[in-house]
Order: sequence, then C-alpha cells, then structure tokens
Amino acid sequence: MGTFIGKPIKRREDARFLKGAGRYTDDIKLPKMTQSAFVRSPYAHAKIVRIDTTNARNMAGVVAIYTAEDGCGEYGVPCGWQVNFKNGETMREPKHPLLAKDKIRHLGEAVAIVIAETLEQARDAAEMVEVDYEPLPAVTDPQKAMDSGAPLVHDEWPDNAAFDWCIGNDRAEVEAALASAHHVTEMEYRNQRLAPNAIEPRSYIADYDVNAGKWTLYTSTQNPHLIRLLLCAFVLGIPEHKVRVLSYDVGGGFGSKIYHYTEEALLTWVSKEIGRPVKWTSDRSEAFLTDAHGRDHVVKSKMGFDKDGKIVAHLTDEYCALGAYLSTFAPAVPTYLHGTLFQGVYTTPLIHLNVTAPFTHTVAVDAYRGAGRPEATYLLERIISKAAKEMNMDPAEIRFKNFIPPFDGVNEPGYQTQVALQYDSGNYEAVLKRGLEMLGYEEFRKEQEEARRNGKLLGVGISTYIEGCGIAPSAVVGSLGARAGLYEVGAVRVQPTGKVSVFTGTHSHGQGHETVFAQFVADKLGIDMADVEIEHGDTDQVAFGMGTYGSRSLAVGGSAIIKSVEKVLEKGAKIAAHKLEAAEEDLEYAEGKWTVKGTDKSVSFGDVSLTAYVPHDYPEGLEPGLDFSSFYDPTNFTYPFGTHIAVVEVDSDTGKVHLKRFLACDDVGNVMNPMIVDGQIQGGVVQGVGQALLEEVVYDEVGQMLSGSYMEYAMPRADDVPMIETDRTVTPCPHNPLGVKGAGEAGAIGSTPAVVNAVVDALSHLGVTDIQMPLTPQRVWKAMHA
Amino acid sequence: MNISITINGKLVTHDIEPRISLSHFLREHLDLTGTHIGCDTSGCGACTVTLDGQAVKSCTVLAVQADGSEVTTIEGMAQGDQMHPIQEAFREHHGLQCGFCTPGMVMTAADILKNNPNPTEEEIRHGLEGNFCRCTGYHNIVKSIQHAAEQMKA
Repeated sequence: MGTFIGKPIKRREDARFLKGAGRYTDDIKLPKMTQSAFVRSPYAHAKIVRIDTTNARNMAGVVAIYTAEDGCGEYGVPCGWQVNFKNGETMREPKHPLLAKDKIRHLGEAVAIVIAETLEQARDAAEMVEVDYEPLPAVTDPQKAMDSGAPLVHDEWPDNAAFDWCIGNDRAEVEAALASAHHVTEMEYRNQRLAPNAIEPRSYIADYDVNAGKWTLYTSTQNPHLIRLLLCAFVLGIPEHKVRVLSYDVGGGFGSKIYHYTEEALLTWVSKEIGRPVKWTSDRSEAFLTDAHGRDHVVKSKMGFDKDGKIVAHLTDEYCALGAYLSTFAPAVPTYLHGTLFQGVYTTPLIHLNVTAPFTHTVAVDAYRGAGRPEATYLLERIISKAAKEMNMDPAEIRFKNFIPPFDGVNEPGYQTQVALQYDSGNYEAVLKRGLEMLGYEEFRKEQEEARRNGKLLGVGISTYIEGCGIAPSAVVGSLGARAGLYEVGAVRVQPTGKVSVFTGTHSHGQGHETVFAQFVADKLGIDMADVEIEHGDTDQVAFGMGTYGSRSLAVGGSAIIKSVEKVLEKGAKIAAHKLEAAEEDLEYAEGKWTVKGTDKSVSFGDVSLTAYVPHDYPEGLEPGLDFSSFYDPTNFTYPFGTHIAVVEVDSDTGKVHLKRFLACDDVGNVMNPMIVDGQIQGGVVQGVGQALLEEVVYDEVGQMLSGSYMEYAMPRADDVPMIETDRTVTPCPHNPLGVKGAGEAGAIGSTPAVVNAVVDALSHLGVTDIQMPLTPQRVWKAMHA
Repeated sequence: MNISITINGKLVTHDIEPRISLSHFLREHLDLTGTHIGCDTSGCGACTVTLDGQAVKSCTVLAVQADGSEVTTIEGMAQGDQMHPIQEAFREHHGLQCGFCTPGMVMTAADILKNNPNPTEEEIRHGLEGNFCRCTGYHNIVKSIQHAAEQMKA
C-alpha cells in the first residue's frame, strides 16, 4: 500500500456526473448540426423489392435521404477475428453493408437513413419512406440453423456455418475415458441470448470539416482508436490521420460498445456528403434490435468422475449463434474466450469442446460482460454441482477434491491447462474456504433442514470460477486469429511545472480510470494525486489504444503507463544527478525527490521537470523534455478467480425466487482502489443474477423480437437483489508491474451458476435437477410440479 | 404552443410543438442535458425530474402538460459548488459508476426522502424500482441514500 494505492479514494469523475454535467455524446450540439433517423426492416429475412423515397424527400426539413444505391461504404464493416474451420477451410465472412441492399438478414437492419434539420422531422420523413419487402422464412436458433434445409442467412454458402472449432484433448480419448468412468453427469440446456443494455443508448455525431478535409467522430464507444482504424482502413477508405475519434463520457458498455457499428461509419460518410455535422442517437427499441447481443449457446455436455468424485474427463458440444453478420469480436467469443476456460479451477485431465458457430437471422452476437467465460463457468459450475448431488457428495467437498493446488507463479510455475492456457497464479481452496466461512456453511445446512421441515424451500449454491483477463500477448492472439494486437499504450507527459498529464489508450465508461490511474501514477512519482490528470477517449492525444474490455484496462493499460513512468524517472535521474553533481547510481528516489544516498542533498521532481524544459544547466547530450509514450504487450493473460455463494428461498406457491444473500470472495490480484473493486464486483454480480433469474432475448419463429422493450426484457431492479457481501484474498499477478488481474467481469462470471445452483438445491428434494435460465416463476413452478 | 415553466427556480417561456416530451424539451431546447433518456417506455428512470414536487419520468410527460408548473432537474440540486446532501452521499459511497442513470437516481432519492425521511433498506429498494442501474448492482446506491437520510436529519 502506498499513499494512494490500495486506498478507497473517492472518484474525481463523480462531481460532473452528479451535477448532470457529464459530456455524453447525445449531450453535444454542434453548429449547423443535422439529425437523422433510420428506416429499419420489420422483417428478419426478406427481399427488398422496392424503396421509394419520393414522398419522404418532400417532407419539411429533410436535408438528404440515402439508401444502399448511393454507394456508401462499399467494403462493409469488417470482423476483427478469424476462426477457420477445423478442416482448414477459411471462416465464412459475409460483407456487412452499411445499409441493406437487395436483402434483409435480421430484424431492424437499416434500409435507409433520413437526414433533417430536427429529430422530429427526420423521424416523420423516415415514416414516409416506402419499402416493399418479400418476407422469407427465418432461423434464429443456432442448432436449428444447422438443420439441413434451414433458411440460409447468406445464399453464397451451402449451409449456415461460419466456422466450426474444437479445443483440448483428442475426442476419442475423452470419449473412452467417459465410457469407463465410474459416474457420468450430463447436461443439456441453452445459455440464453442476452441484451447488454448499457443505460446510455448508442450515440454518434460525425462532423466533416470541408476546409481542413478532416473528420471528427464523437462516439459512445469503448475503443476509440479501434473504431478509427476500422472506419478508415476497412469501411470508408479515408485517411486515418485526418480522422479524430472522440468518446468523452460513455454511459456503460458491457461489451456492446466494442463493435464498430454500421451507423458510426454511415454517419461519417453522410457528414461529408452533406457538408454538415450529423447526429444519430439510438432509442431503446433500436438498441434491442441493433446493439450486439451476448451468449446464445446451445450446450450438450458430459463430465465423468471416478469413485472418489475426481473428474476424469469432460466432453461438450455447442452450437453458438453469431447473428446475421460477424461483429468485431464475434468469432473469438465462443472459441478462444470460452473453450480456453474449460479447465476451470480443476485438475480435469481430459477435456474436449466442439463448437459449431452458425449465422442466424438475428442481430450479431459480440462480447458481453465476460464474453465466453461466463458461458464456460456456467457449464462447469452447474455440472459439478449436479454431479455432487448425483454422487451424494457435498458441492463444496467435490470442489475441494478437484482443485488445482495453490501456486504463486514465482516459486511454483504457472499451471498448464489442457486447453492451451497457462494460469499465472492461484489459490482456489483459499477463496472457497473463505466463502464458506462468510456464509457459515455448516450452520446454514442445519437451518436449511429445519426450513424444509417447516415447508420452506431454502437453497444454497456455490460457484468457484476462474477467468482470463487482459488477453495477450499480441503474437499469441494473432496466431489464434486476432486481426489486431492486444497491447496498450500509456503516455506520461510531465509539464514544466511538474504537473503530470497521463494519456491512456484504454477508455473509462464507469470504471473510474481518472481516479485509479492517478492513484498509482502519483504514488510511483511520489507526488500529489491532484498533480496528475488522466486523459482518455481522444485519438489525437495518444498514439494508439485497444480500448477497454476483457477487464484489461489496469493490467494492460496500467502497465503501459508504468513503463512511461519508469522512463520519466530514468531520465529524471540523469537530470537530478547533473544538478546534484553526483553519480546516478548514488541517487535514490522517494517522496518526489532524488537524494544523494546518505546525505541531505536532494532535488525535487518539480525542479527536475522545470530543468528538463529550461535546459540551461543540463547534462550534455541529453534531449530536453520529460514526455514518454510506451506500448505494453503482456506476456500472458491474467487469471482472477473467486467463490460466489447464493442463498435463495423459493416461494412454494408461485415459484418466485427470492435471493436472500449473495456472498463473493474474489481474488483480483493486487487492489489499487478497494472501493472501486467492490463496486465492480457488486455490479457484475447483479448482472449475472439478471441472467440467472430474469433476462432473455426472445425471437419468435419468424425472427420477430418478443422482448424488445423494458416491458418485456426484465433486468434486475433494486428490489430484486440484496446487499452483495464481498471479501477478497490477494494473489498478485506475477507478470505485470502492478500485480493486478482485473475486476470488471468477475462478478458477472461467478454469480450466474451460484444462483441457479441455489435454486436447484432448494428444490432438490422434489426431484429437480436442472431448470432452464432465466429462472422465471413459471419455469420454477413447472419444475417443482413436473 | 406557448408554455411557461419554472425550471430550477427560473421562469422559462417557450413556443413548442405539442408532441415534444418534457425530457426532450429540457435537453434540446434548454440545453439541460443532465436529464438523460435511456428508453422509450418510462422503464429506466434516467429522465426522472420533479414536477411540482413529485418525481416523474420526463420522457412520458409532454412539455405542454408541465405548463405553469415547477420543475427541478439534476442541474437544480446543487447550490453552486455546494452539492446537495444526496449528491454528496452518492460520491461518498460510490453510488455511481458510468453516471448515466445517476441524475434520475438522485432525483428519485430526493423524492423517496421527501416522503419518508427515515426509510428502511426495503423501502429504499422499493422506491428505486422504477430506475435501472446497470453498473452498481444498486448496493452503493442504497447505501448512499441511507447515508443521505442520516445527513439530512442532522
């Protein structure tokens, strides 16, 4: 712990948000700005027979109307990850047009954009655009999409598969081990489709400056540099150095604002056509139809055990929906972000996962809080609890029996899994022990027995998860199909007065980077936090950046900043040595000054900074200035882990689940700001509870969405959840300078199976062994009465 | 239509289309962009303001319906640099992350505490059920409101 590191420092971003003075994209108004509205398909699959914009063009205030015929962005939106078929055939990668041409492939796909002086005028005119469609049969279920004769999403290929993929040990070997196992537990279910639902809808403003020949794109994105690169190099073919992408305040992302969306590119194109700024802000209905969704795996799994309850083999087959087009990270989510976590925290010696990933007549799936890892964790944590019940073991006991033993990654090597990864450091027993203590597990079991005797349905569910954050290094992810590096950039600019501007390529949309990054920079420099300012969300200010997702900001972005801080101190020492007339090796740096060891001769950080910019008396041959930018490419992922425990009571009359307690003991490595880490865990847990109990995107047989508003899509509200009880253990990451692992997704990864395990536990004496998520009262009641 | 509304203590007169919602009027016509719009169905609560002392979702109130009324938005909560005790409590207890739902949460909290200065946790949660937060899991929002209640009593 330092002066600031490890302390619950209050957030500096809060004042503006609390006063209503945040700067979200939709809050920005530019001179001469126009507004826009989209004409979107009411069908999931249809031929476009005719588009007539004549009447719409004559409406008041209309500036322009564009359709695919106008030639916008002819290359389409690219995918950022390539996963080829097992037989080596290249991934099928359809062109994703900015506006649909000839054919519609998902509900809500845009057919035309209307630009007008006001939003009302744009919406009025959009309603006057006439489109004739010839509806076609649709397929929205990933397994049905692979049936022979299923409607094709893209006619150019003989079936709907985009790719298939497998990972782990030889399938025949795994099957043989299952055949000779003492006990085999099986599960079949759907990890349902979810809508991320950041409360701020997507919003974009594109502004083309005719005189400078430059574009500015204001966008609600998690990764501004990535958007600029994709937009310039792939979609529009415009020069990257003439485009500035700004994402100031962004109201939540959860993965849904990674994707480079068609609207971002189209508005950029439109702005040049009309020579004026143009804004579009999604409404919630559009968000349900067009924001990338998460999950949607159909799963069939078998896990084999020996007579002592040790796992001997695990075999899973999945169908994972991709949607009509490939989003930026879609192919990585059900593969490298998913199958690589199938080891979990267990010593399973044989693992095989087979994935078939088809196109479906739905909006694209992309990363959603945890991205592939919640799906893996759900499977492992449900099936091991189900196995425990079947083998008359306690769910905690079966876990202790199978845990990978503790290793710190320094004195003991990292743990090599059967599914490609090497875990950095872990102590899985410790978090489960602590979790059980927090609950008072044995007393709870007694209470549960008592409750059952009184007709009450009380249950407890355990989940012991691991996840992989900050995926890297670039060379490895490149060999796995990533079309980008996964390093991060951090720049430290010391101003002449010793004030410090820090620039990061990561992006804060709730995570509190402006506070946390300042905490460790101030500590490392031995200066006051008030003298450090964190800048993000502006492609003009920092060389590059991969953005914020996968709980990578601190582990990867923080490390890049540390590299620059080290360069500042290294150069500063040269200047200090010169000023102190001492050798560099005789100096030590602490509390913001260089001191000649064993003396009281010192020079402050501020003095050195000023000297760097006013280099009158200066080391010979040394460049003036104190300004460094660094790229950090990690050597490995980081692996946070933890234990989540849910206590539920099920209403025996209605099947409604009441979440009574939720306890989380997480290990996210070293902690910079415990207040923020706890906040991330609490929020993640509740999102995971949402998947367990409430949330599901439902498409009907023809691809209409039945859950397209907050009337139908249920998310956790304040009275659905209790206080989240948190604690932690600390197992530092051995391979990054801050020893941090990442905390953004852990809550959502660990909590879902804990809740479902608890409900099944509450009903186990009634013969209930599994219930399909979300666990609505109807489904629970039916399971109780089956 | 011509309307006159007292917004954050200031009388505002405007000629607007009758179909304009109060939220849209605040944001687009008065540049009071602290009131956020998160949905179309009064489901999310981000647009909550007080209308004649009652918390309302300004996306489902027409601006013309507010004619002659008094409206307080998030911009009217702080007195200069002096934040309202509820705002202070949210900062103190990390009751916000991305900040988008926050104005609606603060306005709803004000309504809860006005009607019930000593709410239980259950009453606070019940009072917040019209407001979505996707970041915090509500934990720290509830704690913030509990803290604000104590501060406002003192």
